[in-house]
Amino acid sequence: MLASVLVANRGEIALRVIRTARRLGIAAIAVYSEADADLPFVSEADDRVLLGPAAPAESYLNGAAILAAARRTGARAVHPGYGFLAENAGFAASVIDAGLTWVGPPPAAIEQMGDKINARNLVERAGVPVSPGSRQAVPDVTAALAEAERIGYPVMIKAAGGGGGIGMSAAADPEQLRAGFGTARSRAERFFGSPAILLEQFLAASRHVEVQILGLADGRVIALGERDCSVQRRHQKVAEETPSPGVGPQLRSAMLAAAVRAGEAVGYRGAGTVEFLVDEPAQRFVFLEMNTRLQVEHPVTELVTGIDLVEQQFRIAAGDQVSFDPASVASRGHAIELRVYAEDPRRFLPSPGTIGEWAEPAGPGVRVDAGYAAGNTVTPFYDPLLAKLCVHGADRDQALDRTRSAVTGFVITGLKTNLPFHAELLASAQFASGAYDTSIIDRMRAS
Amino acid sequence: MTEVRAEMVANVWKVVAAAGDTVADGDTLVILESMKMEIPVLAEGAGTVARLAVAEGDVIQEGDLIAVIE
Repeated sequence: MLASVLVANRGEIALRVIRTARRLGIAAIAVYSEADADLPFVSEADDRVLLGPAAPAESYLNGAAILAAARRTGARAVHPGYGFLAENAGFAASVIDAGLTWVGPPPAAIEQMGDKINARNLVERAGVPVSPGSRQAVPDVTAALAEAERIGYPVMIKAAGGGGGIGMSAAADPEQLRAGFGTARSRAERFFGSPAILLEQFLAASRHVEVQILGLADGRVIALGERDCSVQRRHQKVAEETPSPGVGPQLRSAMLAAAVRAGEAVGYRGAGTVEFLVDEPAQRFVFLEMNTRLQVEHPVTELVTGIDLVEQQFRIAAGDQVSFDPASVASRGHAIELRVYAEDPRRFLPSPGTIGEWAEPAGPGVRVDAGYAAGNTVTPFYDPLLAKLCVHGADRDQALDRTRSAVTGFVITGLKTNLPFHAELLASAQFASGAYDTSIIDRMRAS
Repeated sequence: MTEVRAEMVANVWKVVAAAGDTVADGDTLVILESMKMEIPVLAEGAGTVARLAVAEGDVIQEGDLIAVIE
């Protein structure tokens, strides 16, 4: 096993990775920005290094500073968490070149899946269904109009180098496409450093369902069930659950097999996620993208399988076997994750501030992955995720009941949070019935 | 005269309007950025931009003046 790991991230995911590392006897080293000095992940690590000022470019995106911190502390491995440098193939390669263990997939797999156009073409060749869309970058509005004509409206405009739903917009007709194309290009350039754009057929009323995969040290790729991530605002996830209420047994086995094929096509190692859009009435699915890292919502899979995914990441990175028998993974019960954001629960606008009281719920099946504690300041420099409230139950009804109690029991004062939104979501007939799709929040807000 | 103030702590990403510009209701004055989200600040009525109190790169606090519309 690895002797030590530098966790190149912040907040809840840094703390979550540090805890598993320490449980396995791996010394955990935190890196942090000036804005994060008081957060729990910094104090809970075995060692810590200040990277620099708050701006991500000078701290969590500063690969050179992170490698220098690894050298200084004698870290033997780097775990990137999610976001920041997690899907930066150049950084992964520089970690490996420095003689350290990269707790993530091979840089080539990151690169191949990081370009959304290449990823679509590659998985299609591997027999994974894709929606009608671009096979190469769309250079300008004229080309976009022609491409949309070929694909058929409505289309989704996406950054080829992007992810996380940022910069995406739908266009129902040529006029909307003309308006959206320029914005998409400038955002793609700004957020992802590449203006390349692709178009895809937009599936309204679909579910967003993803499959957790693990590429084992011996080269096998296995699937650990799906997660339904259809509850989204601004194309970003707010709540997730497993199993998906919209996926039947046949569709599930087809999706799991397709996810394994996608992983095999790039020689995947470690934890990764293959995202699909599901047309529930037709029980059909198409590939959306692959996230070559640990996913924010990985705890729901952990709750139903009893498998610590971060532990498996460490084991695979060290060339060891996983801690369970890959041939007999059982899923038990139902799990829900709610992302607790520092944002107003009505319009979902950011709400940085200083936390007064912080009291987490407890009880059977309740797990809270938190990044903050009472007295911490939530700054505007990073994403608004405060904590993930994760709940397991014997079935969906019990999981829902326990989640409702847990939301009521979660007290955070001093800033606005979306906990009241979550209470509203759990009380809505749509969510309770399980019959919802990616427009559930828009429909809740329209009424 | 209308004062446009910040609803939250944010960085000023882009200043779209300039002093002296004529703006319509709903026009974007500046674009703020907070928690990885772009937040356009809109004119809440037609008029002339009498003053722009922020510059790109500024960090502003809740309640800070952004612009004055006459």
